[in-house]
Amino acid sequence: MTAQEYAFLVVAVVGSLAAIAVVTARNVVHAALYLVVALSAVGVTFLLVGAEFVGWTQILIYVGAIVILFLFGLMLTKAPIGRDTLDHQAQNRIVGGVVALVMFLGLGSLTLRVWPIGTTPASAPVDGSTAAIGTSLFHDYVLPFEVVSFLLLAALIGAIVLARKDDGSDQ
Amino acid sequence: MIRLPLVLVFAALLFSAGVYGVLARRNAVMVLMAIELMLNAVNLNLVAFSASLKDVSGQIFALFVIAVAAAEVGIGLAIVILLFRNRASINVDEVDLLKW
Repeated sequence: MTAQEYAFLVVAVVGSLAAIAVVTARNVVHAALYLVVALSAVGVTFLLVGAEFVGWTQILIYVGAIVILFLFGLMLTKAPIGRDTLDHQAQNRIVGGVVALVMFLGLGSLTLRVWPIGTTPASAPVDGSTAAIGTSLFHDYVLPFEVVSFLLLAALIGAIVLARKDDGSDQ
Repeated sequence: MIRLPLVLVFAALLFSAGVYGVLARRNAVMVLMAIELMLNAVNLNLVAFSASLKDVSGQIFALFVIAVAAAEVGIGLAIVILLFRNRASINVDEVDLLKW
């Protein structure tokens, strides 16, 4: 075990607990704040793996922008509190829990069967610097990049049109 | 450095938590949060394999997923706010106008 792995284990445990708290919290604002912890844990994992640019993008966009958007959404929709208003009935929760547990055990056992922890060699840090990402992005992936920018524009206009107050007049 | 399966198991747990959230939550904003958790699990896998395969493409795809997730949250919350304005409720089981 290297120092990075110990750091990752701490981050992963914190992130996992926060992720479980996101989907079980009784208070929606608490859930949004747990989401900050879970997304930050993912961002720190990116940094530990060596993906600098993606890690900082994750922290900037997810923690900085998307969670704020969620908090706005919660505050504009009354933010109800309590298990009865936030969750389905107990039957749905049990089915959801069983599905999630089976999925985790399946994915986890499959992963550990293909890449056993004991014998898998540690991978060297990847070059995730801004220079490497930029070269690849604007060299090999220019068209997808432009398509994504167009998608963002369409989403922006769509969100404005959807959320605008319709006063009934043509103007 | 960090071995691949450790990151993959963490991602599997995030994804499973997201699946539980989508199935068990009634509030539409909470369902969107659970979807974000699942998208993050996918990003984690993309970056972990990018490191394991020494190929920067995985990180590019993670960036694209982040951009699409941002667009998705914007549109999703606009729909949720519109829904709240029209129905005074954002419980996903009460939105059954299109039910046959």
